[in-house]
Amino acid sequence: MEKWSLMTLTVLLALTVRWAVSLGSYSGAGKPPMYGDYEAQRHWQEITYNLPIRQWYFNTSDNNLLYWGLDYPPLTAYHSFVCAYIAKLINPDWVALHTSRGYESQPHKLFMRTTVFVADLLVYIPAVILYCFSLKETSAKKKASTCALCILLYPGLILIDHGHFQYPLSLGLALWAVLCLSHDWDLLGSMAFCLALNYKQMELYHSLPFFCYLLGKCFKKGLKGKGWALLGSFPWALLGSFPWALLGSFPWALLDIIITDCLFILFQDKVANIWCSLSVLIKIKNVISPRTQLKLSFAVTFLSLLPACIKLTVQPSLRGFKFALVSCALSFFLFSFQVHEKSILLVSVPVCLIINEIPFMATWFLLVSTFSLLPLLLKDELLLPYAVTTPAFLAVCLASFSILEKTSAEDLQLKAFSLSLKGYVSWFKSFPRIVRSLFLLSLALMAVLSVLSAAVPPPRRLPDLFPLAVAVVSCLHFLLFLLYFNVVILWDSKNRGQKKIS
Amino acid sequence: QGARAMAAGGRGWFRALALGVSFLKCLLIPAYYSTDFEVHRNWLAITHNLPLSQWYYEATSEWTLDYPPFFAWFEYVLSHIAKYFDPQMLVVENLNYTSRATIFFQRLSVIFTDTLFIYAVHECCRCINGKRAAKDILEKPTFILAVLLLWNFGLLIVDHIHFQYNGFLFGLMLLSVARLCQKRYLEGALLFAVLLHFKHIYVYVAPAYGIYLLRSYCFTANNADGSLKWRSFSFLHVTLLGLIVCLVSALSLGPFLVLGQLPQVISRLFPFKRGLCHAYWAPNFWALYNAMDKALTILGLKCNFLDGTKIPKASMTGGLVQEFQHTVLPSVTPLATLICTFIAILPSVFCLWFKPQGPRGFLQCLVLCALSSFMFGWHVHEKAILLAILPLSLLSIQRAKDAGIYLILATTGHFSLFPLLFTTPELPIKVLLMLLFTVYSFSSLKSLFRREKPLLNWLETIYLIQLVPLEIFCEFIFPLTSWKQHFPFVPLLLTSVYCALGITYAWLKLYISVLTERTPVRQKAE
Repeated sequence: MEKWSLMTLTVLLALTVRWAVSLGSYSGAGKPPMYGDYEAQRHWQEITYNLPIRQWYFNTSDNNLLYWGLDYPPLTAYHSFVCAYIAKLINPDWVALHTSRGYESQPHKLFMRTTVFVADLLVYIPAVILYCFSLKETSAKKKASTCALCILLYPGLILIDHGHFQYPLSLGLALWAVLCLSHDWDLLGSMAFCLALNYKQMELYHSLPFFCYLLGKCFKKGLKGKGWALLGSFPWALLGSFPWALLGSFPWALLDIIITDCLFILFQDKVANIWCSLSVLIKIKNVISPRTQLKLSFAVTFLSLLPACIKLTVQPSLRGFKFALVSCALSFFLFSFQVHEKSILLVSVPVCLIINEIPFMATWFLLVSTFSLLPLLLKDELLLPYAVTTPAFLAVCLASFSILEKTSAEDLQLKAFSLSLKGYVSWFKSFPRIVRSLFLLSLALMAVLSVLSAAVPPPRRLPDLFPLAVAVVSCLHFLLFLLYFNVVILWDSKNRGQKKIS
Repeated sequence: QGARAMAAGGRGWFRALALGVSFLKCLLIPAYYSTDFEVHRNWLAITHNLPLSQWYYEATSEWTLDYPPFFAWFEYVLSHIAKYFDPQMLVVENLNYTSRATIFFQRLSVIFTDTLFIYAVHECCRCINGKRAAKDILEKPTFILAVLLLWNFGLLIVDHIHFQYNGFLFGLMLLSVARLCQKRYLEGALLFAVLLHFKHIYVYVAPAYGIYLLRSYCFTANNADGSLKWRSFSFLHVTLLGLIVCLVSALSLGPFLVLGQLPQVISRLFPFKRGLCHAYWAPNFWALYNAMDKALTILGLKCNFLDGTKIPKASMTGGLVQEFQHTVLPSVTPLATLICTFIAILPSVFCLWFKPQGPRGFLQCLVLCALSSFMFGWHVHEKAILLAILPLSLLSIQRAKDAGIYLILATTGHFSLFPLLFTTPELPIKVLLMLLFTVYSFSSLKSLFRREKPLLNWLETIYLIQLVPLEIFCEFIFPLTSWKQHFPFVPLLLTSVYCALGITYAWLKLYISVLTERTPVRQKAE
């Protein structure tokens, strides 16, 4: 079959799954007084449509910031404004000031779902398609579409966007940025990334690799002439994308919101990061003062980021850049402040980008990341789509990459690392088998925990037992993955060097 | 690389396909369901609570039991699982009862009984000879056949959104076809007899079965030129076949015969009191006939040939099953449709008898029987087109000519199912699934027959492409116009008339290709 018809089928299948998931429930459905993210997005539409632009981020009599105040950067606000404009055309009640609070109806749900669907279709999916076509390794014509199928069927993103309710725009824009960088269009890439950043401040998780990669590239081109010209042009790209975002609203107010919102809370719910998991042993919140907590988490995050970033600056390569995106985002997720479960998607999307290089580890990670969202999905009554899409994703990966046969050190990109260890480790021959059984064990564990959290009522004295267990298990996985990704990054070029020598 | 691994996994791809579509079916659980959901819930309740003697008399709900006894027994078995989900759904008086557990149970029962369909598809794939061995797994005929059957758009939306149990019934039919192709005649006959007592609509294709079994099983040899050798008639085989059919019928209808309820059962099974056309006109000959009648009426009124006051005001597609009076053309009686159907089926049956071509001839006759009865039958549902599309999939991967016909028939037939799902949330689902299936069937069959001439000529291509503007008009533009209040049935009318053209064309083309086909040289070579 033709390359394009295969890709069309892939996209159609992905769209079908997305819409089928969106038939289900959403965050905060029928749960007054605060509802959930769905109501937040609707409320932002209401605010942006009815209030003048300078009141968007301020607490006024018409804008109660405690009720889902606009706490995302301006691009989100503009997007809400556009959506609100369309909503107004269909039914003015949906965005009426004050009276529309907690508005829920079947047509409105349909409208909101459609906006997400369209955003996905216009931004995220084209980026994935182009990325898969741009992969150098696509010698077999079919591979691009299998790769796209795996990326597009990643259940975490589908469930959060089309089930829980969220727009995939910031991740889509970040993907466009990576795409541009991989074609050496650095300026366009940095512009796309700035847009992503302006959509959602969480994209800061990805900012360091972008910065280091571009900086390293400038150094590589030589400090005279071209390199400097390149370096000099980035601020212009920044300026090119920022002003229209800063046009109306006052940046300081926004900054204020973000900071007051973020500081002084180490973690909110049961998040699969290190602080939440440690709290099983020690109640950090009670032992250390908030300010020390901030310093501590900053220090740990910084230290965990350092190796990958230095490596990337010194030896900038596209491959290293993608891996650094993963490891930096993962460090942020694990160690930083004010982490939300959904932030794991910031790690998952870069992992999707390297699924053709390390299919086994990527699939494993993507499964764990979806699993770590389970408590959130249970709260939103999205158990059915979770229980269907996750095994389906596993089946797709098994069928298209036959991941279980790719567990040798070479397939995991650990050849260089293993060579440097060979003298010390004697059990190396059985390495693939050990990895495979670990994978199966972890799958079994996740399946059992999923069934338990879905079906068994928790013991009365420990109401949070299952969410906590899910968080701890995922956190342990993530720590191992962080270690793994760092190893791959740090031993990367040695591998290349040896290849050149031999 | 992935393809190589899949090929190495032998039938691994089949498992992946079946698993994939099952997951998709599970995702559709929260989707809209039609009144058929209540129909089957009611039947669960009737068979669970009432004694056998009451099954075909119970009339609390308007959806009385009108399937043959095996299906009633099937519901009886299901009801004993259903009681663990939600006993409330088994109360006869609980009309229109739903609960989350009820929906889950009903949907899952369809998904699980579909395993029979999956097995049948597997057996059908085994019957296909892999002569056209392709390097690429995606271009293997068996792979294409498996996708065309398992991911069939019509079955997906009719069973898993609209709600019906066609999956396992078609499973029975395909399995019996596979058995006949494997020359396991008795098994095939048994399966088909059982199927008939599950749902009697399959009686339309019974002539194909009867003649094929008579010709290839009861007569054990042919003359050298392919004509019948009368002396090879085997009494043993006829007796065996008769025994099977009689035993199955006795098992199914016997209890009611003993109770003296047979006339009541029959009257429930064949409700001729319903109208010529179903609520939505199935895209068949009568849709064209009705449309012609309407057009003539309007023309007559314009030119004052007709008296406007004498014309009965009946909106033909109002949504209720009702009798319909023609104004200009003569009204059609059940007997007339029966005769038309009989005449339409006859040539194909003759063809099967006089020009036997083994399983292929049988399949052709089967499809023609199904299509002819669809064209001329009384009160045909649009879903009945699946009865022709599914067996035609088996033919489509063997010959380019049949593939072309399949593409026309499947696309128009599936498109004509669109009005079944009229709720807005399901609109994207049906469009996406339809596109998915259509793009796949076109691109795969095209790549399968890429060495032969194009599958469709320009006229057929234009006809099929025009389905897109038609859909856009019906779903998006029409609701915005002022006609919506006065002529709400226009989209349905347009859809069924336009699809009727395509289906009639496909029927004629298939008929002509079967009748003009020479007795193959291939058989002599073998």
